[in-house]
Amino acid sequence: MKKTAIFHRLRNIPVHVVLIGMCLMWMIPTLGLLVTSFRPLQDINSSGWWTIFTKPKGYDEYQTYCGSCHGDDGAAIPEADLTDPDLVQQYRRSITLTPLLEQDINGQPHLGDMSLPNEDQTATIATYMRRLSGIDTNTKFTLDNYIDAITGYRGNNTYRSDCASGTQSLDLYCDIRDLANPRGMGRAFLNSLLVAIPCTVFPILIASFAAYAFSWMDFKGRQWLFALLVGLQVVPLQMTLIPISRLYAGLGLNGTFLGIWLFHTGFGLPYAIYLMRNFLGSLPKEVFESAYIDGASHWTAFTKLAMPLSVPALASLAIFQFLWIWNDLLVALVFLGGQHPVLTYQIGNMVTSLGAGWHLLTAAAFISMILPMIIFFTLQKYFVRGLLAGSVKG
Amino acid sequence: MKKQKSTTGIMRQRPFTPWIYLLPALLIMATFIIYPGANTFYLSVRNNDNSGWAGTRCIAGQPCWGVFENYRYALTNTIMQTAFLNNLKWIILMVSGTVIIGLLIAVLADKVKYEALAKSIIFLPMAISFVGAGVIWKFMYNYGSSQVQIGLLNAIVTALGGKPVSWLTEPGINTIALIIVGVWMWTGFCMTILAAALKGVSTEILEAARVDGATEWQVFWKIIVPQIMPTITVVITTMIINVLKIFDIVYVMTGGNYGTEVIANRMYTEMYKNYDPGRASAIAVILILVIIPVMIFNIHRFQKQEEIR
Repeated sequence: MKKTAIFHRLRNIPVHVVLIGMCLMWMIPTLGLLVTSFRPLQDINSSGWWTIFTKPKGYDEYQTYCGSCHGDDGAAIPEADLTDPDLVQQYRRSITLTPLLEQDINGQPHLGDMSLPNEDQTATIATYMRRLSGIDTNTKFTLDNYIDAITGYRGNNTYRSDCASGTQSLDLYCDIRDLANPRGMGRAFLNSLLVAIPCTVFPILIASFAAYAFSWMDFKGRQWLFALLVGLQVVPLQMTLIPISRLYAGLGLNGTFLGIWLFHTGFGLPYAIYLMRNFLGSLPKEVFESAYIDGASHWTAFTKLAMPLSVPALASLAIFQFLWIWNDLLVALVFLGGQHPVLTYQIGNMVTSLGAGWHLLTAAAFISMILPMIIFFTLQKYFVRGLLAGSVKG
Repeated sequence: MKKQKSTTGIMRQRPFTPWIYLLPALLIMATFIIYPGANTFYLSVRNNDNSGWAGTRCIAGQPCWGVFENYRYALTNTIMQTAFLNNLKWIILMVSGTVIIGLLIAVLADKVKYEALAKSIIFLPMAISFVGAGVIWKFMYNYGSSQVQIGLLNAIVTALGGKPVSWLTEPGINTIALIIVGVWMWTGFCMTILAAALKGVSTEILEAARVDGATEWQVFWKIIVPQIMPTITVVITTMIINVLKIFDIVYVMTGGNYGTEVIANRMYTEMYKNYDPGRASAIAVILILVIIPVMIFNIHRFQKQEEIR
């Protein structure tokens, strides 16, 4: 018995290896983004994010050339205390450090019988010494990227340092008002909410009525109409953009919240009706029949029976719709554009205008991902249920 | 719930009551899906400022398809042919990639205790926007011409002694690089649906087969796969529709440059960069014509299930 158990364990090892390997591969890209978003700008561009798990830059070189005399902490020689900022300040770059290393100290070569480090090594030693002495105050991790992204700061330093020295650009106030800076992610977050919440509520409300009619009312052409509706689900979104934006241009709805609310409502309806009808249609017939016999009207049956019973389906649908709207770029690009920038629009803009501004991009991307991630982890059950209801139950 | 009385049957209603419930939905859908759909067909045979039929765009001495001139462009232009070819690559590689990896993970996760955690990790990218994923992967694919590689992939390549690759601009490689992002995002979707189907496979049959000495490999191919085949088909068709419409990944990561163009991005470019609704609409019509067979399949499947209901 025990033998078979061990055998079973061993046989499962490849399963674990493959599965854990897959999970790691799936996590690493996101992890890289998360780590990078907390690193100072200089670090991001000078070393890979994975180096945070290794020793600080220059540690190995320092150990090779200096560690034996100056000690691990740099304070072993009182006359040449490497933790003293004033001392290190004089030799902060390789160009000033190299002559010192070439010099004789007390009649002996500085490095004894060791050969001199080359220029690159000297530079990394200098970097390490600056960190050791506390001249480089930049820590391994910082929140500056997030602050800069939220306030829409675009300078060469950080929002906090510019505000402290009073050299901020003209559109920044250095107080709470900066959260509403149109270039910032704070404002975009608010806009995304203003788009996503109504765009979730409207279609679900309207779809519920229609789905109820499809499930529990008898009328001519019911099957035919519903089949058409299933077909509408696969109409590509892109196909409707051109005529609608022309229509909106005539009505003055381009660039307004109302325009995007209406569009998303129209486009979310087929799937919402489809899902709701499947759910309502699967409720036991007897419940509704006995209600009608007791004299309930359709309105009563809808509000008092159908809606309360379909809370799980409504939750799945709401999550789906909300995430779809929140993550949408194309519709926001076409109908809102820069007038009310949403998160995806703002990030898309940063990609093109900033080029390699990874410190802002990574932080901004993560800001846009926080809400979906929270929803995903807390409401995963409903999320998966909605997915299954839509695609498999048919 | 009160006791049932003798009469049964669905409540009688006035003939217009259902239409009151349906009206808001039908009106909005007619405005936002059916009207624009029909309008797109019309615009596709018009010239670029909608002042006449598309035939007026023809240039003397060059091939001309008359009123279908926009379609000539959409079907024969070099950049469009690249787009079609790339969409085909996307369909083949992304659909097979997501379905195979999704099935693999679904089957393997079924055997371990940390099933829920593993599935969450694979599924998480589904909750992220294409834009967010674009940033994540642009960073992975980062190409530094200098000594330091801050993109993980190039860091691995150089650590192994290779030369750094410009993943997103190198023709041939870049489309594959984009498809990998798509696979990363959509495998969770396939996995979730396939995992649900796996739970429906009768354990008794599986046990019986194992007792009879079938290997895991045989159990998988001879019992599991045939049983979940209907679900696999559903996943494949859904993925084909999704892939045909793929836009965001390409738009964010390469903008369709360097030979990575796809149909949907080309349509966006024609409409909003070249301001040519005629050509953009023709491309849209072609896109829907490609999707229609899959759509008919979907409706057919729906009707079949209706019969069972």
